[in-house]
Amino acid sequence: MNIIEIKDLSFLYSEEEGLVLRDINLNIEKGEWVAILGHNGSGKSTLSKLIVGLLEKKSGSIIVNEKELCVGNEYEIRESISIVFQNPDNQFVGATVKDDIAFGLENQLLTREEMIKRIDYYSKKVNMHGFLNKEPHNLSGGEKQRVAIAGALAMDTEIIILDEATSMLDPRGKSEVIETIKSLQDGDKTIITITHELSEAVLCDRVIVLNKGRIVLDGAPKEVFKERELIVEAGLDILPTLKVLDKLEEENIDNDKLKEILWELSLTM
Amino acid sequence: MGIKFDNVSFEYPTVNEKVFAIKDINLSIKPEGELIAIVGHTGSGKSTMIQHMNALLLPSNGDVDVFGHKVVKGEKLTPIRKRVGMVFQFPEYQLFEETVEKDIMFGPLNFGLTKEEAKEKAEEVISIVGLDESFLPRSPFNLSGGQMRRVAIAGILAMEPDILILDEPTVGLDPQGQIEMMELFLSIHEKYNKTVILVTHNMDVVSEYANRVIVMKKARLVFDGSPVDLFGNEKLVRDYDLDLPKYMKIMKVLNDKFDSKLDETVFNLEDLVTELKKL
Ligand SMILES: Nc1ncnc2c1ncn2[C@@H]1O[C@H](COP(=O)(O)OP(=O)(O)OP(=O)(O)O)[C@@H](O)[C@H]1O
Ligand SMILES: Nc1ncnc2c1ncn2[C@@H]1O[C@H](COP(=O)(O)OP(=O)(O)OP(=O)(O)O)[C@@H](O)[C@H]1O
Ligand SMILES: [Mg+2]
Ligand SMILES: [Mg+2]
Repeated sequence: MNIIEIKDLSFLYSEEEGLVLRDINLNIEKGEWVAILGHNGSGKSTLSKLIVGLLEKKSGSIIVNEKELCVGNEYEIRESISIVFQNPDNQFVGATVKDDIAFGLENQLLTREEMIKRIDYYSKKVNMHGFLNKEPHNLSGGEKQRVAIAGALAMDTEIIILDEATSMLDPRGKSEVIETIKSLQDGDKTIITITHELSEAVLCDRVIVLNKGRIVLDGAPKEVFKERELIVEAGLDILPTLKVLDKLEEENIDNDKLKEILWELSLTM
Repeated sequence: MGIKFDNVSFEYPTVNEKVFAIKDINLSIKPEGELIAIVGHTGSGKSTMIQHMNALLLPSNGDVDVFGHKVVKGEKLTPIRKRVGMVFQFPEYQLFEETVEKDIMFGPLNFGLTKEEAKEKAEEVISIVGLDESFLPRSPFNLSGGQMRRVAIAGILAMEPDILILDEPTVGLDPQGQIEMMELFLSIHEKYNKTVILVTHNMDVVSEYANRVIVMKKARLVFDGSPVDLFGNEKLVRDYDLDLPKYMKIMKVLNDKFDSKLDETVFNLEDLVTELKKL
């Protein structure tokens, strides 16, 4: 079942600047974990804001969870999507970390116990339990990102969009969040990860590459990353293991076992 | 003398509890020729520490000395800020003018350049950070995240500081942008022998570019040495919650699979392949 269906979507902020997204056609299945990659300004954040109804599309259609997004029903759509913004400060509303996570839950008609349980659970999940009474704006960069992630996950929506949500976490923190996301996906959640980290993208089911507002690649990571030319054109980089393979070839080092291992490895790191 | 920390501690004046964000830091950084990476766990005190280096924060205890100026309240701090330029972790907090051009011109104008000169400077640096001149008349707030970071970096480059400090400069940049930006900092470091200090969680940046690495853990400075000494010591990497650079990771797996003992402290593609020839 497609949980998101986007047809012929185009978007611009202003005439001078021109189209920022062009003819986007994209179906995302329930339970998929999709990575969106692309150069700075390729339209990734714009696309995510259109999907949650924060920006108004100019043409085309967006269907989320079988409902067509139009002016007036953004709130209904947002019941099934939560998003972590690129700058976590843009989403803090509470005076404390605890209030902030609670805020998103307030519209969900939860019992007090359930609310406390969720705040507890998700703040522990991102290692921020000790910070519940701190002000979100007085945290370090990585701490802010952890709180923003906890806030989005606590909403327990069917779709979760993460816009460079782990970019400031330390290596350990990043892998912990990725583990959490994997377990959510096992619970049939749909995850869209916008990222510049190829090592994260290779772990997803599917990779979509944007270049100047258009989708130029869409497929399984092992298919997408093979397309070296298109990858480089889109401002990305060739996977490190593939670079090693290319270099071995260049230097005429022929070792089948080595090549095989490097291939396998390319999809894990 | 460039930058010197003498037993420096800092606590944020928050209402609830008082906790040291950095504690008893001793550190000495040369005015030129260093390329230093500062790494460490989320919340370990990296951003707090570097904000002392250009007098954005003043120490609660201890002394900070920058180019012979002691950083204390009441002292004139502009000379320090002119010589030590800093790009923040969140670039949007550095941008404030109505156009990108004005934003970049602000520093140079402030430090005595004429309007013409500042304009020229803006045109020069905008292309260095990978944006074209069409961005100059735009509002810095209507940009994508990575574009904002590039503009913030351009603004600091335009000031031509003696020491350049960058808080997570590659975050938000696309993969090619990350490489280009690091090559740019490297060339500034090499061509003008300038000291560059950067905070990062990217271990490849540390291994490929830094000649010195500082590790922070729970407000304390716990390591100050070379990337080889850090990454060559697995116990340290684990204890500090760091990770290995990508080529080292690859080599480790290969050693495992081939039951070989090739040198694992490889920081770039060439070194890795040179080792692999021994297989
Ligand atoms: N509020 C805005 N007003 C006008 N133009 C905008 C606005 N926000 C973004 N843009 C422009 O739209 C294009 C797409 O921006 P978007 O933020 O979607 O890019 P992105 O792919 O998320 O990039 P990044 O990797 O840098 O975050 C860019 O060229 C950007 O300058
Ligand atoms: N403005 C502030 N007010 C109060 N406490 C703060 C403030 N800024 C940071 N802190 C606290 O000080 C400690 C050190 O923060 P700092 O920003 O220096 O960490 P960092 O090493 O840069 O982390 P990150 O990698 O997440 O950016 C953290 O525990 C943080 O919660
Ligand atoms: Mg973006
Ligand atoms: Mg920081």
